[in-house]
Amino acid sequence: MAYFCIVAVPPQEYAEPPVLVIRPDSARTLGLAGDLWAFRDLLWSLADRDLRLRYRQTILGVAWVVLQPLLGALIFTFVFGVVAGLPSDGVPYFRFTFASLAGWGLFSGIVTRASGSLVQNSGLIAKVWFPRAVIPASTIPAALLDFAVALIVLLVMLVAGSAIPGLAVLLVPVWVLLLVLLALGLGLIGAALMVSYRDVQHILPVAMQLLLYASPVAYAASNIPERFRHLYFLNPVVALLEGLRSSLLGTPMPGGRDMLHAVVVTLLVLWLGAYLFRRLERRFADVI
Amino acid sequence: MSSSIAVEAAGLGKRYLLARQARATTLPERLAQLVRSPFGGSDDEELWALRDVAFAIPTGSAVGIIGRNGAGKSTLLKILSRITPPTTGEVRLRGRVGSLLEVGTGFHPELTGRENIFLNGAILGMRRREIAARFDAIVAFAEVERFLETPVKRYSSGMYVRLAFAVAAHLEPEILVVDEVLAVGDAEFQRKCLGKMGEVASGGRTVIFVSHAMPAVSALTQRVLLLDRGSCLFDGPTAEGIAKYRALQGGGEARAGAYLAPDLAVGAGDSSAQHRALHNRVRAARVLTSDPAGVHRCGEPLRIEFELDVPQPASTLCFSCKLVDAEDRNIVHLWCFDAGTRFRRDAGRYTLRFEVPRARLFQGSYTMRAFLSDRRTNAMFDELHGICPFEVTMDGVARDDYPWTGGDCAYLEGAEWALEHGDGAVQRGTVTP
Repeated sequence: MAYFCIVAVPPQEYAEPPVLVIRPDSARTLGLAGDLWAFRDLLWSLADRDLRLRYRQTILGVAWVVLQPLLGALIFTFVFGVVAGLPSDGVPYFRFTFASLAGWGLFSGIVTRASGSLVQNSGLIAKVWFPRAVIPASTIPAALLDFAVALIVLLVMLVAGSAIPGLAVLLVPVWVLLLVLLALGLGLIGAALMVSYRDVQHILPVAMQLLLYASPVAYAASNIPERFRHLYFLNPVVALLEGLRSSLLGTPMPGGRDMLHAVVVTLLVLWLGAYLFRRLERRFADVI
Repeated sequence: MSSSIAVEAAGLGKRYLLARQARATTLPERLAQLVRSPFGGSDDEELWALRDVAFAIPTGSAVGIIGRNGAGKSTLLKILSRITPPTTGEVRLRGRVGSLLEVGTGFHPELTGRENIFLNGAILGMRRREIAARFDAIVAFAEVERFLETPVKRYSSGMYVRLAFAVAAHLEPEILVVDEVLAVGDAEFQRKCLGKMGEVASGGRTVIFVSHAMPAVSALTQRVLLLDRGSCLFDGPTAEGIAKYRALQGGGEARAGAYLAPDLAVGAGDSSAQHRALHNRVRAARVLTSDPAGVHRCGEPLRIEFELDVPQPASTLCFSCKLVDAEDRNIVHLWCFDAGTRFRRDAGRYTLRFEVPRARLFQGSYTMRAFLSDRRTNAMFDELHGICPFEVTMDGVARDDYPWTGGDCAYLEGAEWALEHGDGAVQRGTVTP
């Protein structure tokens, strides 16, 4: 499908203007990536809007970006570290859970916000055309920013505690990329389904909470009994969080098979999300 | 300027399914429905919002889409702007499409004017640097220089609409699709918007304009598509289309160009006229146009008839009427109150006929005003406004190199011209509307 918004020159400069054909059929799954690239300015504008609005009319403003993960980690440390006494691979529990929560926050933030994004922006969908995937994808930059801030806080903490991470820290972008892609895939599915079925809105918080406890956020994966490990590692988030933590805190790396499994599942989920989104995309304006 | 086709639609149809029962919008309901009727759809009733619509719009023309509520106008616009896909048929669009179905889509009340310009521009399909390049022009058009850093929730509704339209007006697509956005804002602003859209059309771009406001349609477009119940009823000159639309609306062609005193009119009467028919002395009025259905060709003879009831003569009784254009300007003034006029002496029924041998009204929508009063006592017997709507076309007065556009003039005049060269030779011709 030819996208007509790519070129922006006055009509007289066109030798042959691009022709757009509107037909009843739907578009190819892989075209989604091209759409996002062609409309990157819009994606950025929507992300920019959400970021600006998030801390407007708050007293502490941007300080919340730092405060939120710190407070979250404090609560986890108290409940799971002190009261429940969950093990943390020998790393101080606060650092351990802060790193896990940063990764988890990136993942769950994108899934949750992306799923609700289409319904939230229904006014746009009914009145303007652009590739719809831009809306769920525009939740990524804000989540990445939160993650980056938490990462800096963590690195400061590590340096101050003279636990400087080794070269493995170079793998952090890989874990981040995989977490983002997995979250985007799930977010696309959630968003496309929520347009027709608002049930998703109610299922999602419960599902995310379940996933939180089924992932190594409050505890280390090494504590899972051997006979449940295969079942446990079916959840791709497990290997990705373990990997992220190993890069930052020097905890053991997940096994090669577990990592490969996580990558394959991530790509499958992403493809499924894109496919489903593409199939339903053209009906959004009629249904929403 | 090329004469190619900008928009071409063939066999275009859009079907909506109306649920006989409440539609399943939760998963359990949908599942239950699937179990009951696994092959789906049997519960739903079909509604074709558009059916087998075909048209071709040449590059650089302005076309209006008119029709009653539910005719399929909005559906057509939504298909053209890609918001919803057609069920059948296809549309070919040559060039970038900008659609404006609503003023201020995506405006956020908490964001400042500046922030909203960038956000709204991006939503409408502009690249960031395009917006930056046009930023000053947008701000100047909207007249909001002083409030750029103020959240738009503190804007007056006028400022809000001006800013929103300004962003959209600077979109500069090759094909501009506009819905009823001019219904908002004050009269001056509406004029400004119309001017901007006229500019777009005369700049070689294509404008597709949906409106219920016939004056705007007639000022902006040369051609209209009249939709009714999902199909295209008429595709041709604007004046003719508007007359057909009026006929559809009024339920008969009799209404175009005609007026009947309220006590004679059956039913609701002439609801569009804001008249003060004080004594029903003006029994009836008719504008006899050159073409049927209230369409008049510029330069043709125009006859106007009134039936007057004068129960008591008065020595200073005055009758006058005015032809009023879409912008409420009086273009032609006609009167009948000479000293010896018979209705000043004798009571009775009169038929008063005016004949304008060459009525050179400019293209557009017109209505009439009529006044019957006594000059001495200043008593007003009848004062009628907005009666006898009719349309004027420039069909007989084609100018090949300069197509007529709204606002060229209010009235044309015939003239003779002489072009004398330095060598003394004179060439003569006429301007004949």
